[in-house]
Amino acid sequence: MLRRAVASAFGGGARYFSSKSYPIVDHTFDAIVVGAGKCFTGGAGLRAAVGLSEGGFNTACITKLFPTRSHTVAAQGGINAALGNMTEDDWRWHAYDTVKGSDWLGDQDAIEYMCKNAPAAVYELENYGLPFSRTDEGKIYQRAFGGQSLDFGRGGQAYRCCAAADRTGHAMLHTLYGAAMKHNCRFFVEYFALDLIMDQDGACRGVIALCMEDGTLHRFRAHQTILATGGYGRAYFSATSAHTCTGDGNAMAARAGLPLQDLEFVQFHPTGIYGAGCLITEGSRGEGGILRNSEGERFMERYAPTAKDLASRDVVSRSMTMEIREGRGVGPEKDHIYLHLNHLPPELLAERLPGISETAAIFAGVDVTKEPIPVIPTVHYNMGGVPTNYHGEVVRPKDGNPDAVVPGLMAAGEAACASVHGANRLGANSLLDIVVFGRACALRVAETLKPGTPHKELPGDAGEQTISRLDKLRNANGSLTTATIRRNMQKIMQNNAAVFRTQESLEEGCKLIDECVETYKDIKLADRGMVWNTDLVEAVELDNLLMNAAITMHSAERRKESRGAHAREDFTERDDKNWMKHTLGWFDWSNPAASKVKIDYRPVHMQPLTSDMEHIPPKARVY
Amino acid sequence: MVLDVLLKIKDEQDGTLSLRRSCREGICGSCAMNIDGQNGLACLTKVDRNTSTVTRVAPLPHLFVVKDLVVDLSNFYAQYKSVKPYLQPAGPPPDGREYRQSREERAKLDRLYECILCACCSASCPSYWWSEDKYLGPAALLHTYRWMIDSRDAAQAERLANVNDQYKLWRCHTIMNCTHFCPKGLNPGKAIAQIKQSVEAGRVVG
Repeated sequence: MLRRAVASAFGGGARYFSSKSYPIVDHTFDAIVVGAGKCFTGGAGLRAAVGLSEGGFNTACITKLFPTRSHTVAAQGGINAALGNMTEDDWRWHAYDTVKGSDWLGDQDAIEYMCKNAPAAVYELENYGLPFSRTDEGKIYQRAFGGQSLDFGRGGQAYRCCAAADRTGHAMLHTLYGAAMKHNCRFFVEYFALDLIMDQDGACRGVIALCMEDGTLHRFRAHQTILATGGYGRAYFSATSAHTCTGDGNAMAARAGLPLQDLEFVQFHPTGIYGAGCLITEGSRGEGGILRNSEGERFMERYAPTAKDLASRDVVSRSMTMEIREGRGVGPEKDHIYLHLNHLPPELLAERLPGISETAAIFAGVDVTKEPIPVIPTVHYNMGGVPTNYHGEVVRPKDGNPDAVVPGLMAAGEAACASVHGANRLGANSLLDIVVFGRACALRVAETLKPGTPHKELPGDAGEQTISRLDKLRNANGSLTTATIRRNMQKIMQNNAAVFRTQESLEEGCKLIDECVETYKDIKLADRGMVWNTDLVEAVELDNLLMNAAITMHSAERRKESRGAHAREDFTERDDKNWMKHTLGWFDWSNPAASKVKIDYRPVHMQPLTSDMEHIPPKARVY
Repeated sequence: MVLDVLLKIKDEQDGTLSLRRSCREGICGSCAMNIDGQNGLACLTKVDRNTSTVTRVAPLPHLFVVKDLVVDLSNFYAQYKSVKPYLQPAGPPPDGREYRQSREERAKLDRLYECILCACCSASCPSYWWSEDKYLGPAALLHTYRWMIDSRDAAQAERLANVNDQYKLWRCHTIMNCTHFCPKGLNPGKAIAQIKQSVEAGRVVG
């Protein structure tokens, strides 16, 4: 009874296919969710799975990590919703802040949908049991967070971020996993999804995944496949992201010939711990923390006179970088900045910021009640991803329609680009994104599909290419290890697609990353086994990372303006006339050209969804 | 940290080494293992810089080993599921918004809800080693108490009845290894004691 049920007990007898060493197990579900565990999207996968199960759909959740180990667990600050528990609030003000935060690259229909549905989403989480911190009246506690204002930017700082101390992501993920337990969702844990199964008509029919425990391959047939696989922070050398944030869903979509949107927008979180890269929540500044340079100056007052330390993340990260460049960094190398919490009452730190107090002690050796935390802008979040509409349906341009839906495929969370974050995500909008759009996916499936709808046969050769790729990789005997190529890629991304970018750095970056992609052909694996072969999994993850990295660099080189997180020193202004559009990047491994990336564009949805909210016209973005 | 050393070995010396890891900051609970005889998270365990001694790393004890440092946790997860780790309220919230909870009531969840399901506690418990098929173990019991003590929950009697069994709950002999080795500084031993007291009192104590 202690042993996990053998794969064949899941139904669909094992049979041999393509290569004698790879038994294949077939499964059929109404809908499947890929990724309950990865990056900021784990919560989205779980929320979608819960919603689908509630709707009576036979649902499977396929995940490379046990669900509570997804990187959603590391989110600290909270989740934005205009509940009005601290001051009067309105979701339209939240929508205004989000559009402004996105530097007008966000789709206003999706932003309206997210902000309007935010309060219901947060109440639902509370009703599932999420242990939010409380106000004196017993309501959900809300803290100040970056880029949040009242009354369309005119009413000062908003208190909109619903928090469970500084462990909101952990509390949310465990709560959602509990809810999934209640509904008996089927979990395929430590199954690593390799590829989408597409048919001749361009529809997604499911996925093929590797069971890490025994090396068996599994084909999951489903009417809808929801990607909730998170971001690809590990394309960079230093990131707050987990080791497992490798953009697998993005890469699966790209391998299926679909474009990825807006990848040049990579968020640097202002406060990663110097050296270790661990996240220190923006909530620490929301509770009163202050950034200071080597002269002890609260420099954010100069860069953002109104919002100061709680300006939008891109603004704060650039300001910190400027201070360091101008010689006002701290430490022996003058290469970082201090975050002071030591003026705050110890009781407040203990109640509201216990997690980061512990993290700072362990990874920086700092007692936050006495000393400042050494911090530096660190790669944190990918605004870009698989393009979707506000239902979560994946879109791509087809026959002149820029918003043509890919049948059978949806995406939510950091893997998706709805786009609610545009060129820069606001803090505490990602936990919101994952629950709102995870739920939206489930609702859309309920609208378009009946439980138990019969399936068509899969294409006869479904998964064959994947298996030959995997087999070749497992036996690869080149001269470079996964770690060597990965380190090279990470250095290139870190050096050439950083906080500030120039044509020179990006052109060089394109050349270097294209060369790095080529070296993948020369990879060498040490583990030829089938059981828990992490050497193999990391090699596939590297394939995925390289695709994301290459599209990121080429998208950034093309965009000749500064917008949100994409800051060009040679094009310092936002250029709405030429560049208010989403980048689309395709990657084709079989392309023999020097670069395997192709770039095109699609329009931003500038109009809101309904008349409940007015269109927010572009203007200068000042904090 | 020990995790960095293990990953360096994997990257540079032996690519076949298998271990679970993800967040590298002590919140995901993946890299639980036994380091120099003590259960802990590799990402939070400092490296012993004394090069004259050897650091010994082993999988979590008394669990089936899948490969290298990877153990089979399916029984551990099934036990977690068996305690119904979700809110069972009496009815919907009166105003359709949040269930109200005072700051004091909320404070009772502190040092309980932070559990990361790493299994360091259960895998350090001799009672669990002997009876892991029947004794729920400290992690699942900590969660039982976390929901029992939540002012919004209405299933206290059912939760108490579910664990009041000579094995499920009462195999705990207050050895306290669980509390000693919890990498998050939680106190499962105390939570279990409070469940025992609650069973005796016929109501939730705490």
